[in-house]
Amino acid sequence: MIELADISKTFKVARREAGLGAAVKALFKKEYDYIRALDKVSFSIREGEMVGYIGPNGAGKSSTIKIMSGILTPESGECVINGRVPYRDRVDHVREIGVVFGQRSQLWWDVPVADSFEMIRDIYEVEGDTYRRNLGELTELLNLETIIRTPARQLSLGQRMRCEIAASLLHSPKILFLDEPTIGLDSVSKIAVRDFIRNINRERNTTIILTTHDMQDIEALTERIILIGKGRILLDGSLEQLKKNHAGGKTITLEFRGQPPELRPGLFWLERQSERAVIGVDNGALTVSAAIAHLSAHTEVTDLSVSGISTDELVVRLYQEYGI
Amino acid sequence: MKKYLTFFTIRFTTRLQYRAAAAAGMATQFAWGFMNILMFSAFYRANPAAFPMGFDQLASYIWLRQALLALLSSWSLDSETLEMVSSGNIGYELCRPVDLYNMWFVKDVATRIAAVTLRCIPIFAVSFFLPKPYNLSLPPNAGTLLLFLLSMVLGFCVIVAYSMLVYIATFYTYSPLGVRWIAISLTEFLSGSLLPLNFLPDGIRRVLELLPFSSMQNVPLRVYSGDIAGQAALWHILLQLFWLAVLVALGQVWMKNALKRVVVQGG
Repeated sequence: MIELADISKTFKVARREAGLGAAVKALFKKEYDYIRALDKVSFSIREGEMVGYIGPNGAGKSSTIKIMSGILTPESGECVINGRVPYRDRVDHVREIGVVFGQRSQLWWDVPVADSFEMIRDIYEVEGDTYRRNLGELTELLNLETIIRTPARQLSLGQRMRCEIAASLLHSPKILFLDEPTIGLDSVSKIAVRDFIRNINRERNTTIILTTHDMQDIEALTERIILIGKGRILLDGSLEQLKKNHAGGKTITLEFRGQPPELRPGLFWLERQSERAVIGVDNGALTVSAAIAHLSAHTEVTDLSVSGISTDELVVRLYQEYGI
Repeated sequence: MKKYLTFFTIRFTTRLQYRAAAAAGMATQFAWGFMNILMFSAFYRANPAAFPMGFDQLASYIWLRQALLALLSSWSLDSETLEMVSSGNIGYELCRPVDLYNMWFVKDVATRIAAVTLRCIPIFAVSFFLPKPYNLSLPPNAGTLLLFLLSMVLGFCVIVAYSMLVYIATFYTYSPLGVRWIAISLTEFLSGSLLPLNFLPDGIRRVLELLPFSSMQNVPLRVYSGDIAGQAALWHILLQLFWLAVLVALGQVWMKNALKRVVVQGG
């Protein structure tokens, strides 16, 4: 459904030192840097998949989304979505996609949200019945009954984001691009938005590509993640697989009385306080149950919990590993 | 087609809310109109024969220009479209299944019509009832009125097509201010907004009347008072059609090229 092959894009960026002298100099001679925003990016996504696209700031996430939504033309490479090249066939392409840029708004500022929705209906030429069905469904799922009658400028960020997402789905797109959809939302709104996205993916089989810095989004939503750094695809795989390969083993958080335990090979300290310790377990050397047996034999354990690495830690580790 | 009507409606209704701006604009337009009339009446008193059109025709020219200012002037541009590229909102704009040229054209049309709707009626009303020869008089006959309407619609389309070039230029300059000022200063004088073009020396006038700027205000406003009539009117209207076609074609080609290199600003 979505095929990207060797997509590259370079941006020209004007650079100068701070200060008046440098500003005057720049009048006569401008210095430019060329930033390779995307460097031979390739991946393919099947229909109905939900993919998390992650990477640090400036890695090229938004540029990729822009290329896939047809508003940015790459220098080289091929991008084919639904049999079309988005930037060459923009008008036909965008009819079948929905886009939410978390940092911008597609709602008309001064009019009630419902008016914006009707405008979107006209722009996309959505049939009356389809529109009513979609609107009803979205209103119910996203809890929009009352806010839909409010002008967009008077909505809270969370309310607005729910409306933005609804607006991007009114024309029943086959693909939905979400560029940081939960940015700045409180936990309640985040969870509402996540539930909704999951629902849409399941029920309408909408293909969803999501960029985010919130690892809970990824954890809650996607099975597959694509990691991009410095314009390159570094990893492409399932979250479980990644955790297995890159997370190392489990960690044991231990509360105890008296002396801290002696560690045997395969165990290592992550944190060590007077009555509390976090201990890492090396999967290859020792099983978790053997580790627990060892620990309880060597100290008086008052509390113990075993956890895997969190996705946040995983991502930090990945960023470190790839030097991005 | 319906989607363009939708764009028109939303722009039109949004712009209609700007009542204070309309009131202020109207006051300026009245003041400027009166000043123009006073100035020219002093000149005419010195030697009425030195001017290429009668004072009553000139008064009509001035009042009509003031009433239709929002419709025909180069500076009543749509600020939202001007900011579109520098603010990065062009991103969403491009995610719509609509031809960007047509969409912006319709928005500009709507902005201008909304602005003129609020402003023209009081100016028409007052200037009609001013004492002769300072007033806005009716065109000499019904034929002239029809010709004027045709020429006004064409002039309106020419100015919108010209504004489109200003909007497209913002793809290249990022900040809309510079282009805007260049476009305005070029047009103010050359379109006959400051002075009907037949007030200029013959050689210059002949050249200027061939340029697209003349099609914007000079032609329709002079057709109204019968100063351009008959064969000359037809010739000027043909020229308006020609420039409209050229400007629209130019804009569309340029837009296509601009979109190839568009960079959506900010994250």
